[in-house]
Amino acid sequence: MSNIPQELRYTETHEWIRLEEDGTLTVGITDHAQELLGDIVFVELPEEGEECAAGDDVAVVESVKAASDVYAPVTGEVVAINTKLTDTPELINQDPYGEGWIFRVKPMDPEDYDELMDADAYQELISEE
Amino acid sequence: MKHTPLHDQHVALGAKMVDFGGWDMPLAYGSQIEEHHQVRRDAGMFDVSHMTVVDITGPQARDYLRRLLANDVDRLAAPGKALYSCMLDEQGGVIDDLIVYHLDVDRYRMVINAATTDKDLAWMRRQAEGFDVDLKVRDDLAMIAVQGPTARERVHRVLGGEAERVADLKPFFMAELGEMAVARTGYTGEDGYEIMLPAGAAADFWQRLLDAGVKPCGLGARDTLRLEAGMNLYGADMDETVTPLESGLAWTVAFEPADRDFIGRAALERQLAEGVGRKLVGLVLEDRGVLRNHQPVLVNGAVAGEITSGSFSPTLGRAIALARVPADTGDSVEVQMRGKTHRARVVKPPFVRHGKALI
Repeated sequence: MSNIPQELRYTETHEWIRLEEDGTLTVGITDHAQELLGDIVFVELPEEGEECAAGDDVAVVESVKAASDVYAPVTGEVVAINTKLTDTPELINQDPYGEGWIFRVKPMDPEDYDELMDADAYQELISEE
Repeated sequence: MKHTPLHDQHVALGAKMVDFGGWDMPLAYGSQIEEHHQVRRDAGMFDVSHMTVVDITGPQARDYLRRLLANDVDRLAAPGKALYSCMLDEQGGVIDDLIVYHLDVDRYRMVINAATTDKDLAWMRRQAEGFDVDLKVRDDLAMIAVQGPTARERVHRVLGGEAERVADLKPFFMAELGEMAVARTGYTGEDGYEIMLPAGAAADFWQRLLDAGVKPCGLGARDTLRLEAGMNLYGADMDETVTPLESGLAWTVAFEPADRDFIGRAALERQLAEGVGRKLVGLVLEDRGVLRNHQPVLVNGAVAGEITSGSFSPTLGRAIALARVPADTGDSVEVQMRGKTHRARVVKPPFVRHGKALI
């Protein structure tokens, strides 16, 4: 079974979101998503400073099997990217909620975070798939 | 969904199972890239029992196959020898690609693709009319491919005293050991064996191979291995809408002797006379990213072809593909990937053979 940490928020498109102490949001793809994709071989990252609207495709994760867009969970600005993924994209398979994070966004409206799905809702979503 | 005799083994090993032409087959047991490297560096095994084995026997078996196949079974003078061939329709379109083994006088064995089995058998039976020949589907057999630089010695260990009867097999030869048949063939670009054996004996043999250090590998690794080896996949790289001459398979069409009237010959000769307009080439992506089936290929800025099989090459660490392009395409093209164009180098497959990069 996929690992779904309780302290994170989630999207219907299988991103996870962690609220950092400085109010920024770290984003990655869930354990369930990386399992479905299989071996990840390439990640196209957004640029630091890039503005994004909720639902924009800002990154691409490609496995041997398929390419998958990664969407911005909230409107804001990309403030950090995980450049380690350029040479070691398999970190997403190995540690999706840790070393495999993809980008960090500073939300325009901090309250957008509260609108995101919690772990129980995400669990329900993937068990319906 | 259909199950091979090794289905329980795959489930017990925790494989991720997928529907492959109506068969519930292992995609990967863990990381498909690790399974790929396992075959390039050591030894891996694949359950290929979903493929169909057909025995063709009778006094006119040879005559029948010389009519049925674009390659010539008379190239199989020595008993035990194997031949790769296309089976064509009258228009020269590829119905299937296959391996045919010459077992003995009046006795041949063909291995055809799983997904095409029904149409192949219907065609083969229709073409058998008028020939004194018997076609028998051997669904009593399982098949395991053991591939990699150490594959043969590991199989020899499992075979014990019987090993000496296969140890001298040259590439592309088969030996029968009672109810078992061992062929030095494969679909990975590595040395190894394909072993046919009674379905009831498959699970035990599989376990003994595991005990001998052969790792199970799924269809995912099988696809990247065959692509690196520059081997076509039926349904992706060719089908009824193209001929072998447009599919990098001209070498498998035996036009000599000129009086052998195989099905599709007239159409291929016509195509040769008019000029073959397209060819199948290898592509290596210069940029980062992954080439995928059906991505458009641009020559001189205009869409002129298509990727037929694209993937990530674990051995080369970059994207590779087979693509069908105009015959006069030079050594560089562009590929449209997700709305952007990327430069790709045109190469002659294979990309990798016996563990070594060739491009």
